[in-house]
Amino acid sequence: MIETTLDTVCRIGEVTFKNPVVMASGTFGFGKEYGKLYDLSKLGGISGKGITLHPKPGNLGIRVYETPSGMLNSVGLENPGVQAFLDEECAFWETLDTVRIANLGGGTVQDYVDGARLIEEDSQKRQQEGRQAVDLIELNISCPNVKAGGMAYGIKTCIAREVVREVRAATTLPLMVKLSPNAEDIADMARMCEEEGAEAVSLINTLSGMKIDVRKRRSVFENLYAGLSGPAVKPIALRMVHQVCQRVSIPVVGMGGISSAEDIIEFIMAGAEAVQVGTYNFVNWQAGADLAEGVERFMLAEGIRSLDEIRGIL
Amino acid sequence: MATIISNRRVAEGIYVMHAEGHFQAKQGQFFMVRGWDSYPLLSRPLSVYDQDEHGVKFLYKVAGEGTQMLSRMQAGEDVALLGPLGNGFPAAEGRTALIGGGIGIAPLFYAARHLEQADLYLGYSVEVYEEHEFRSLGHPVEIDLGGMVLDRVNFDDYDTIFICGPEPMLRAAQMKSAMSSGRANVYVSLENRMACGIGACLVCSVSCENGRKKACADGPVFRAEEVVLA
Repeated sequence: MIETTLDTVCRIGEVTFKNPVVMASGTFGFGKEYGKLYDLSKLGGISGKGITLHPKPGNLGIRVYETPSGMLNSVGLENPGVQAFLDEECAFWETLDTVRIANLGGGTVQDYVDGARLIEEDSQKRQQEGRQAVDLIELNISCPNVKAGGMAYGIKTCIAREVVREVRAATTLPLMVKLSPNAEDIADMARMCEEEGAEAVSLINTLSGMKIDVRKRRSVFENLYAGLSGPAVKPIALRMVHQVCQRVSIPVVGMGGISSAEDIIEFIMAGAEAVQVGTYNFVNWQAGADLAEGVERFMLAEGIRSLDEIRGIL
Repeated sequence: MATIISNRRVAEGIYVMHAEGHFQAKQGQFFMVRGWDSYPLLSRPLSVYDQDEHGVKFLYKVAGEGTQMLSRMQAGEDVALLGPLGNGFPAAEGRTALIGGGIGIAPLFYAARHLEQADLYLGYSVEVYEEHEFRSLGHPVEIDLGGMVLDRVNFDDYDTIFICGPEPMLRAAQMKSAMSSGRANVYVSLENRMACGIGACLVCSVSCENGRKKACADGPVFRAEEVVLA
């Protein structure tokens, strides 16, 4: 840590992040594993592995494939379910000195609502005992909508609106909606989230992609398509974050291929309040600590006292 | 960062890298290895071939871009190592056989070095390598070139069997084990694609009788009968 009077603080509603570096859902587990490699209190926050009301076994077959400057993943939201998360992971989360974000997915609106209620009830119970494990819910609307024939909620604004509205009503915890780049109009989607009372939006989730094994003459992935992440998607992510920031006044958390402190600065200049780092955790197992320090170094070198000086300057 | 002591070619597309450092790897564990900065994105999981007072050795096959880059590295250059990772082989009890197919022989060397008794069965498809090293351990070594190394083993002669090799071989081993008397505890070491290597990302998922497990953190060694191979 560099000794300074730098202001790296970011805010979503009343939640304060010590710096803009948040670990992205699905790449960081619930933090325990990386917590053995470095001090998690160096992070602005952690978005936990995506959880759903009921446990999910995830997809069969190959789940990861490298692409030029990126990777495709098809984990399929393998998770132990909301209750197991609350029972088995939150005791650890209580001990963390960083913002703790529960990432919630679902197949029906009721799944989302019931999941959010469980987190809400648990949160209130802990609060009465002076404890806290979850600071924020990140709503993953990229899940396939069972009722709409499997098309993701995150594609059409009108379909996503119902989920956001119902979950908003089910919890008093601050709500951040994670947007898909596969949405018909991502800025429109973000605007809807603001209208429905979300405290923030985060973007982008992975881009839908494909890889064919030409010798086997079939998709590498059992699920046919997979999610593309990594540096390859960064320019698209940055453009989308910029577009969304033009349309909403709630905080925007930017992500997509971030691999350096300068990448983070770009997202902040595009208007992001904070960022999330995913795939880069696999490149550098101390990514979070290195990037948090890197942001401070950049600020020192450029004579920036507060991130507010450069936020949204474009 | 670990400095490369040596990186020698032992057969077509097969190399042994010796990297400096003080590690306490157990038999069957692995490291996430990268010899480059950003690309390819992912580190490569390599099992521990051997370990000495100078560092750790990896016997690896050039299978893609990453291992290609590793193979071109020279003594004095640095590789990044995360590990040792995974659980490795359990304690072997009774008469023990170690069976390796192709590059799957890699984790067996270090395992064999720590066993008082072990029969080694090594299967190669094109070219035999590291034979002298394996024989120097003093255990009986049976070599198969171009055939089915599993056919040379009678599972009922053993109490513990460790196997590492390509998936068709592991499937055949499961069948063989199921048709044996059940005397031997059979373990397989898996070679799944990995991203984080530490149990956080779930891309190396293994289908097991009791649900999904992680090849990296729960394995890479599993009881043969618990794994459901595709």
